[in-house]
Amino acid sequence: MTTTSPEISRQTTTSEAAAAPRSASRNTLEEALLPSLVALLVAAIIGDVLILIFGQSPAAVFRLLLEGTWGNSYGFGQVLYKATTLTFTGLSIAFALRAGLFNIGAESQLAAGGFVAATLGLLLPPGLPWIVTLPVFVAAAALGGGIVGGAAGQLKARFGAHEVITTIMLNFIVLALLSYLTATYLKVPETLHTEELKSGALPRLSDYVGSFHGSAANIVLVLAVLACVLAWWYLFRTRRGFELRAVGLQPEAAEHGGVRPGVVWTRAMTISGAIAGLGGLNFVLGYKHYYEEGFAGGAGFLGIAVALVGGTHPLGVMIAALLFATISQGGLAVNAMVPKQFVEVLQAVVIIAVAVSVPEVRRLLRIQRRG
Amino acid sequence: MMSSPTTPAIRLTDIHKSFGPVRANRGASLEVIRGEIHALVGENGAGKSTLMRVLSGMYAPDSGRMEVSDNGGALRDVTGWNTAEAIAAGVGMVHQHFMLVPTLTVAENLMLGAELTKDGALRVLDRARAVQAVDELSRRTGLRVNAEQRVAELSVGEAQRVEILKALYRGARTLILDEPTAVLSPPEVSELWQVLRQMRERGETIVLITHKLDEVMSISDNVTVMRHGRTISRLRTSDTTPQQIAREMVGRDVVLAADMHREAAMAGETWAASPSTSVTAAPENGSLGSGLALPALEVRGLVVANARRPSAVDAVSFSLAPGEVLGVAGVEGNGQTELIEAIAGLRRARSGSILLDHLDITDATVRARGDAGLSHIPEDRHARGLVLDYSIADNLILGQQHRFTRGGFLNSLLDRERIGENARRQIAAFDIRPNDAALPARALSGGNQQKIVVAREMGRDFRVLLAAQPTRGVDVGAIEFIHAQLRAARGAGKAILLLSADLAEILALSDRIAVMYGGRFVVVLPRAQASEDVLGPYMTGAEQAA
Repeated sequence: MTTTSPEISRQTTTSEAAAAPRSASRNTLEEALLPSLVALLVAAIIGDVLILIFGQSPAAVFRLLLEGTWGNSYGFGQVLYKATTLTFTGLSIAFALRAGLFNIGAESQLAAGGFVAATLGLLLPPGLPWIVTLPVFVAAAALGGGIVGGAAGQLKARFGAHEVITTIMLNFIVLALLSYLTATYLKVPETLHTEELKSGALPRLSDYVGSFHGSAANIVLVLAVLACVLAWWYLFRTRRGFELRAVGLQPEAAEHGGVRPGVVWTRAMTISGAIAGLGGLNFVLGYKHYYEEGFAGGAGFLGIAVALVGGTHPLGVMIAALLFATISQGGLAVNAMVPKQFVEVLQAVVIIAVAVSVPEVRRLLRIQRRG
Repeated sequence: MMSSPTTPAIRLTDIHKSFGPVRANRGASLEVIRGEIHALVGENGAGKSTLMRVLSGMYAPDSGRMEVSDNGGALRDVTGWNTAEAIAAGVGMVHQHFMLVPTLTVAENLMLGAELTKDGALRVLDRARAVQAVDELSRRTGLRVNAEQRVAELSVGEAQRVEILKALYRGARTLILDEPTAVLSPPEVSELWQVLRQMRERGETIVLITHKLDEVMSISDNVTVMRHGRTISRLRTSDTTPQQIAREMVGRDVVLAADMHREAAMAGETWAASPSTSVTAAPENGSLGSGLALPALEVRGLVVANARRPSAVDAVSFSLAPGEVLGVAGVEGNGQTELIEAIAGLRRARSGSILLDHLDITDATVRARGDAGLSHIPEDRHARGLVLDYSIADNLILGQQHRFTRGGFLNSLLDRERIGENARRQIAAFDIRPNDAALPARALSGGNQQKIVVAREMGRDFRVLLAAQPTRGVDVGAIEFIHAQLRAARGAGKAILLLSADLAEILALSDRIAVMYGGRFVVVLPRAQASEDVLGPYMTGAEQAA
């Protein structure tokens, strides 16, 4: 009944008021870390059971998993490489969630960022030092992802189209468009990728620390950390962040406070898309030095889990990205002992554990249902 | 009136109930006699609803004893029963917030969980029989409903009747009503009273949760007062006065400005009010130059649409002078909300104009209006007034955040120091409790949450205040405080547009009173010519101004 729906929502709020007062600011270390730790613990227990079912010793498998990831510099380098992309996509989704928006489009925003950066790399003259070109590439990747994200934000602000629907649909449209452009204009025959970029390639960590040799970890990692710090600063220290979080928590109250939700939605989705787009640099400039179709490989979707496990907090996102990168890389290490689907199951267990145990997640999902 | 007035139907003894650190009930006792209307009164947060939820089986008490007599028999121990057991014993609760499925019909809602089916293996729903059963119950109780109408199409008053019917359909002989009049218009309230009196005559027992004293006086036989989770006293309604009850509720003497008006108006109906009740004089002559000064707010031919009607506000014009309070009375849903929201900038005006100090703000943003001197206490503080998860300090700058920045990149950093300082000042000035600026607004009582909104909107420089339901769901102490603030603002030459569902509040505070019906101001009267009797017919649309 339309006339009573405010009453109903008021009831939920008053009943929650009876609960113990929560800490006002959610940007505390504890709240950023706790979900990841809980998820890790649950995943470890369920993982044990699964390994026993496969007839292996959990201790042996987990030892191998850790040795293959954090136990040697190559494995650790690979974890860092994977965590870099996941940090960008996770941060992208967390940022949008703070504005009350569920960005399911990080996959195509990531691809678009990588594509625009790669196109730039093919056009720029060779021989420029990376330190000079990097800012231009950052802008290009952010632009690519930002356009895709911003489009979804505009559709919501202008027409009220739900961002979950539009971002999913934009995934199809954008990925198909990029596929067409690559295949028609840029592809090296018989492959799915473009030619090698003439400029923009970034140094790998192994260029500075020899023992990382062979791993794809590169200095985009530094950009990822920087992005998290900037996002945290924006969300919790600036007026716009204050307004963005207000829109995410209670759009009507924000509107009463002189904030225009439509403007914030567009801005938040543009920034969210831009952050995801930056993730494309990790593969394109840091690793392969070309654009390859499908390079995103689901990182945009796994970013949803990273954002939720990270408690939608930039610091939590970094930790959660490391967790998922470890599981993913560890799966390769233990492939001989358990089937490779083992890690996928483990990832799913982590996600479910978080969804069930973290009230924050439930609150976000509830907002989505209401919104 | 009753055969054996001393038989208790319900006896609760020393009930304790905590939610985490919140001790909602700490020694509450209640005795309700069969066939009486028993009022349970107390300020918001006194523990009334919790106690009744314990009684109806929704919560189990932490300690204490619950006894109920079935059908006039001896009391039996029912401590910690569940809702199913309570319903089986004939104890039903009608909640403040309706629990109906809007897309189903009245009959379907009543059947829900106890569906009537046709014979046969498929157990097909028997809609005809359901409609018949509802019609019969409706006729017997005098609660008029259309069994085949969808709940979504009902007015709030009708929806409440359905809720009561639902409880009765399940065999309730003891009915608990939680703040039933909060959403009703005056005629709907009198209709409800009539139904309750009929039920009492049939020997049914009613517990009425309320914090409105005139309701206690006009309908109850006995009254139990709660304060801070404890039951303070049990009084015979005919032996007490509103002042005494208010004193018991708050723990000190209070000025019952708003309530006095209502009591005076309702005196003829039920209880013999002494004519000497000290009605706090409404500002009848003291208006600071209304009509003399240039208008602070001028609205001309304003038309505003809502989801259902293209002219929810239908060509409303008025002007408001500095130091004047214009009260807008009317039954909810006649365009008041849309009017206020259009002036506040939260809803587009289809046509017409809004002038604030001669500045046309018809198409201005909310922020521009605020900067031009418009303040707005919104009617729904939980949705619009506050970000419940934000701290008190952050809520106190909401809408002013662009004034609390310092240097930095794009002049965009929030100045935490000044935000903290502002919070300390406002918390002290408006007596917001607890006085910890870092607490989330969610953790505060309704009255203190409203004080945050009032502090924010009135604690800054403004010229025109839109006050929509400024004291709805707020306890007596906070009402007194907020009314004093409004009077002081008026005295300081602020123009106030007051919207309230509480006629007594309008009568107590306004210089002029407009009645809104069907999107129009059907009448505008000076306070001196207005009374509940005069305004009532306009509110129901029975009378249109010449």
